[in-house]
Amino acid sequence: MSNLSRRRFLKISAGTIAAAGALEGTGRLIAGAGSVAQSGLRTVPTFCNVCFWECGAIASVRDGKLWKVEGNPLDPLSHGRLCPRGTGGIGAHTDPDRLRSPLIRASERGEERWKEVTWDEALDFVAGRMQKIKVVYGPESFAAFIHGLGGTFFKHTLRAYGTGNIAAPSFAQCRGPRDVGFTLTYGDDVSSPERTDIENAQCIVLIGSHLGENMHNTQVQEFAHAVGRGASIIVVDPRFSVAASKAKFYLPIKAGTDLALLLAWMNVIVGEKLYDKEYVDKYGFGFEQFAAEIQASTPEWAYPETGIDPDTIRATAREMARYRPATLIHPGRHSSWYGDDAQRSRAIALLNALMGSWGRKGGLYVPAKLDVPAYPHLPYPQPGKPDADRPNNKFPFANETISTGIREATLTGEPYPVKGWLVYATNLMNSLPNQAETIRAIQQLDLLVVVDTIPSEIAGWADVVLPESTYLERYDEIHSEAFRQPFIALRQPVVEAPGDQKPNWWIAKTLAEKLGLGAYYPWNDIEEYLAARLKAGGYSFDELKRNGVILGKQPPIYFEDGAPAVFDTPSKKIEFYSAQLKQTGFDPVPRYTRPEAGPAGSYRLLFGRAPMHSFSRTQTNHLLIDVMSENAVWVDATEAGRLGLKSGDYVRLRNQDGQLSNRIQVKATERIRPDCVYMVHGFGHTSRELRLAFGKGASDSQLITRYKTDPLMGGTGVNVNFVTIETEA
Amino acid sequence: MSRYVMVIDTRRCVGCHDCVVACKTENGVPEGYSRDWIVEEAHGKYPTVQLELRSDRCNHCDNPPCVSCCPTGASHVHERGGVVLVTHDKCIGCKACLAACPYDARFIHPDGYADKCTFCIHRVEVGLDPACVSVCPTHCMHFGDIGDPQSEVSQLLNSRPHHTLIPEAGTKPCIFYLT
Amino acid sequence: MIALTELTVLRHNPLVDPTLHVWQWQIPIYLFLGGLVAGLMIIAGVRLIAIRPKQREALVCCTIGPLVGLAFLSLGMLVLFLDLSHKLFVWRLYTTFQVTSPMSWGSWILLLVYPALLGNALAHLPEAIPALANRFPVLVTWSDFILERERLVLAIGIANVLVGIALGIYTGILLGTLGARPLWNSALLGPLFLFSGLSNAAAVLHGILVVTTPDEERPAFADFLLSSLARLVKARPLDKKVAPVLAGADNSFLTIELCLLCLFLIGQSSSTGAHQQAAGLLLTGSYAAAFFVFVIGLGILLPLVLQTLELNKRIQRTLAPAMLVVFGGLALRFILVFAGQESHWFQALN
Repeated sequence: MSNLSRRRFLKISAGTIAAAGALEGTGRLIAGAGSVAQSGLRTVPTFCNVCFWECGAIASVRDGKLWKVEGNPLDPLSHGRLCPRGTGGIGAHTDPDRLRSPLIRASERGEERWKEVTWDEALDFVAGRMQKIKVVYGPESFAAFIHGLGGTFFKHTLRAYGTGNIAAPSFAQCRGPRDVGFTLTYGDDVSSPERTDIENAQCIVLIGSHLGENMHNTQVQEFAHAVGRGASIIVVDPRFSVAASKAKFYLPIKAGTDLALLLAWMNVIVGEKLYDKEYVDKYGFGFEQFAAEIQASTPEWAYPETGIDPDTIRATAREMARYRPATLIHPGRHSSWYGDDAQRSRAIALLNALMGSWGRKGGLYVPAKLDVPAYPHLPYPQPGKPDADRPNNKFPFANETISTGIREATLTGEPYPVKGWLVYATNLMNSLPNQAETIRAIQQLDLLVVVDTIPSEIAGWADVVLPESTYLERYDEIHSEAFRQPFIALRQPVVEAPGDQKPNWWIAKTLAEKLGLGAYYPWNDIEEYLAARLKAGGYSFDELKRNGVILGKQPPIYFEDGAPAVFDTPSKKIEFYSAQLKQTGFDPVPRYTRPEAGPAGSYRLLFGRAPMHSFSRTQTNHLLIDVMSENAVWVDATEAGRLGLKSGDYVRLRNQDGQLSNRIQVKATERIRPDCVYMVHGFGHTSRELRLAFGKGASDSQLITRYKTDPLMGGTGVNVNFVTIETEA
Repeated sequence: MSRYVMVIDTRRCVGCHDCVVACKTENGVPEGYSRDWIVEEAHGKYPTVQLELRSDRCNHCDNPPCVSCCPTGASHVHERGGVVLVTHDKCIGCKACLAACPYDARFIHPDGYADKCTFCIHRVEVGLDPACVSVCPTHCMHFGDIGDPQSEVSQLLNSRPHHTLIPEAGTKPCIFYLT
Repeated sequence: MIALTELTVLRHNPLVDPTLHVWQWQIPIYLFLGGLVAGLMIIAGVRLIAIRPKQREALVCCTIGPLVGLAFLSLGMLVLFLDLSHKLFVWRLYTTFQVTSPMSWGSWILLLVYPALLGNALAHLPEAIPALANRFPVLVTWSDFILERERLVLAIGIANVLVGIALGIYTGILLGTLGARPLWNSALLGPLFLFSGLSNAAAVLHGILVVTTPDEERPAFADFLLSSLARLVKARPLDKKVAPVLAGADNSFLTIELCLLCLFLIGQSSSTGAHQQAAGLLLTGSYAAAFFVFVIGLGILLPLVLQTLELNKRIQRTLAPAMLVVFGGLALRFILVFAGQESHWFQALN
């Protein structure tokens, strides 16, 4: 049966409705919104929003109730298979704790006491405060923290209002160092979804990526296939991750020393002339200086730093070289760990360059994107002041707004006061390090507006809370990301919102109108907007509604097939040696500095992902907490035994600054280094209104009181906190 | 005679729980209960560790003790593919089948009857894979007829080393794990 | 030893995880009452066959025993019913016979128990409870009808013995066939529960005799209330000469039960790793203290000693041994049912 499905699946190319029906086997057709295919059963193609991967999905409604969400077989991201979060997405719709109507704060900030108001009242209040800020301080004094595609229209309204201070924590707190490191090297980043050709890689190196636990759907699918076909996998992690269990080589590295290992690998590869000389000669810049710089970084030098013996370093370096250019050193995603992260990411970029894998099959392909022309709008006013996040060219290589920079400006009033925040779809209390700083910054504000679907911790601090409908209840901006296979996808409503929630476009548009910026929204509703954009691009709105996805022509994605080898660096080449780094006073070739050790008897606090949760945003989804309701702290079994702890015991963690965590279960395990502890991020909620999540497990964010800022781009390295374990009576 | 089995590739499985969530939505499994679940089995001392991840469920045994112990015939072997099922309105809720299953695959549904994995027989009968199989992002699960030597499951079992769970209990389980 | 295996089962089904606990107090009580009734039947059957049919006597074994048995059986079935989670469908038991299911056998055996016990009780009822016979003269007619037919008496006796043996063994086999729980997985549980049932029955009958002993012979103050209660039913003095016989029989049953328990544990401890681990629950594990104190010590050894001393007239007869035996029988079932659910094949991993 599976055989049959797979064969049928392969036949689907251009994405016709008949092919989709055949795959389902029953002849059940993928019907457009509102149409009924079987008696009582309605299916609507859309795309997921439980994480940022945004996989194509088909939602089934049975007898008027949302029944299930499955992958859309036409979608190149999911190939018809969602991850557990996508499959459990209906829990977001049925969550009993959802925000239901607009709220205005009724007591002190953070006390979570509210007055329910109408949308008119709420948005009048917001617009009024925003106008006041604009008049008194200037529009730049209003900032925003926005995550994901749903923020498009808020950004539009705010740019029209006149501010450029729009940050995404996904830059400085997550992927920023990686993107900067790669951009410094190749003139381009690895984007999202990453341009990793895991599908064709013969050797995959995961250094700081726990694929399989972070559930980036396409990557996990390709990774599983790679495991299945016997690709050589090298995993570097202080914790024996799921990916480590699939690896040929598992390197139990001392946390914070990845850069030493990367330099030693490159030392071996250059020293033994294992690199792709032709590729380096053709595309590389400054290789000789680079080679000279890393000459001292021998495996013997790296051994005491990393704990990885020289033989293993050499063996793994040769293993990588054996399969080049189909050797992929995965760039990772969350990369803000130790404050030298852009340089470490640059070392990963350079190692890929030595393998000749950038732009090559089995490496990092050249993605393509379908063009959907923007809806024409009035030009935005030019902000009168530079962005507030990095005064005096503080972080010269930051290419996006630094969220913690905005927070800093809010706290200090420098370079100018920031008096209002709009927070969309990011739980700022858990996404920014040092919660106390965030709270102090909030106290400086005249207005904090939070747009969310659930009463998250940041919503608890807001002056105005605006309830958004979930992705299953709304249209959204067209999805068009650069990917292996160019495509566009449509999110469309499957069911009605259960309360007075509104879609983001409506909130942003109505707010703009109340701010007197209605001219920036020359359309009545989003369908009109989408129809116009699609028409301008030459796509059929009906086809998109019916199939959820439109695929573009497959362009060449490898240099060898004719994809353009363009490097937007100062030298227009791959920069093994970076003159611009040198000019700004940084290391032109990455250099290792030993991470600071913690207090004696403490453990370095590491955190990561679980496949069934997204950030701190899904712990109130009853389907997902049914499979993971709280996190555990991983402790080396011997250490746990020494402390008299066994799996399932509850403990609290205390960090170097005395901060005590919520209670958390111990997982005593042979799967982690004795000098580290680990937990899954997103638990330990403190918002009482998240009834299913409140007090379940502990929050790493609470324990991250310290962070080390990356001097290149302002990223906040957070793996610099240490904890001790206290037995819970 | 067809004999449905599931073949699960533990090398591919990442333990993501998608199969568990898909089962819950497809079959309306009540909150707090699972018809399938994930098991993590680690052996060794850090850093030399072997980890097997697998998706477990009713083994639809060839020699199902839950069927032989059932006093009313509610637990029975379906005419198609040897699938072990429970007829709800024959079940008295005596729980002997729960005690009889070495895999602890059964539970008492809040409505009172014994419940468990059905191999999504309602899907299989219309030509679909069970929900857990069709949703798995790692393609680690395969469903099919072991009676057909050409089937994917037969070929996988012929070509790859595999094991079953607690074979010594003598139940002749029909979920096979590729290693 | 350091455990080299970390087994994490990410399942949390109610009554199943972390260890099975589907059967709580109801099933041990039901198994205990089933065994007790089985013992009462066998003793009643043997006694019925052994005495001369026409002799009319107030027989504790053949009359009071079966009547108590009927009450206990009904109580047991009520308790079993309470355990069912899909109660409205209980009638499904009697629309089918599942040859491989001990529970199906049991449910049909239970139906045979009623007429067998009733027949036995009726044979000598008028003598045992004259007040009842005066009120319902038909009881005398029925009694005459039975006692006049030697073959019927024999048939009733044999039926009680056979159904009693079946019932007693069934209460053990019910667990013994559940191979998923290594602790239970022994056919010895059948005879073990049978002999435990017999000893419990002998103890109950003995106890009844003790509490119905006339005032002047009333043993200890502790029994005063019970004997007063017993006198309220105004029964004729029972055949107290059978008391030493019962006590002697009880000692034999206890001895056999002890031997069977030993054989059971030897068998488990010399079987697979899972069975060894299961036996370990009783021998050294979390149930060991309760098992040795309540089952072996207070439930078997102490009453054996007390009853031997009583038989040798070293001490006065009291209710104590009977109560200890009954308590031991209950404890045996509670411990086996609970520990059995905790035993698992997967345990052999660690």
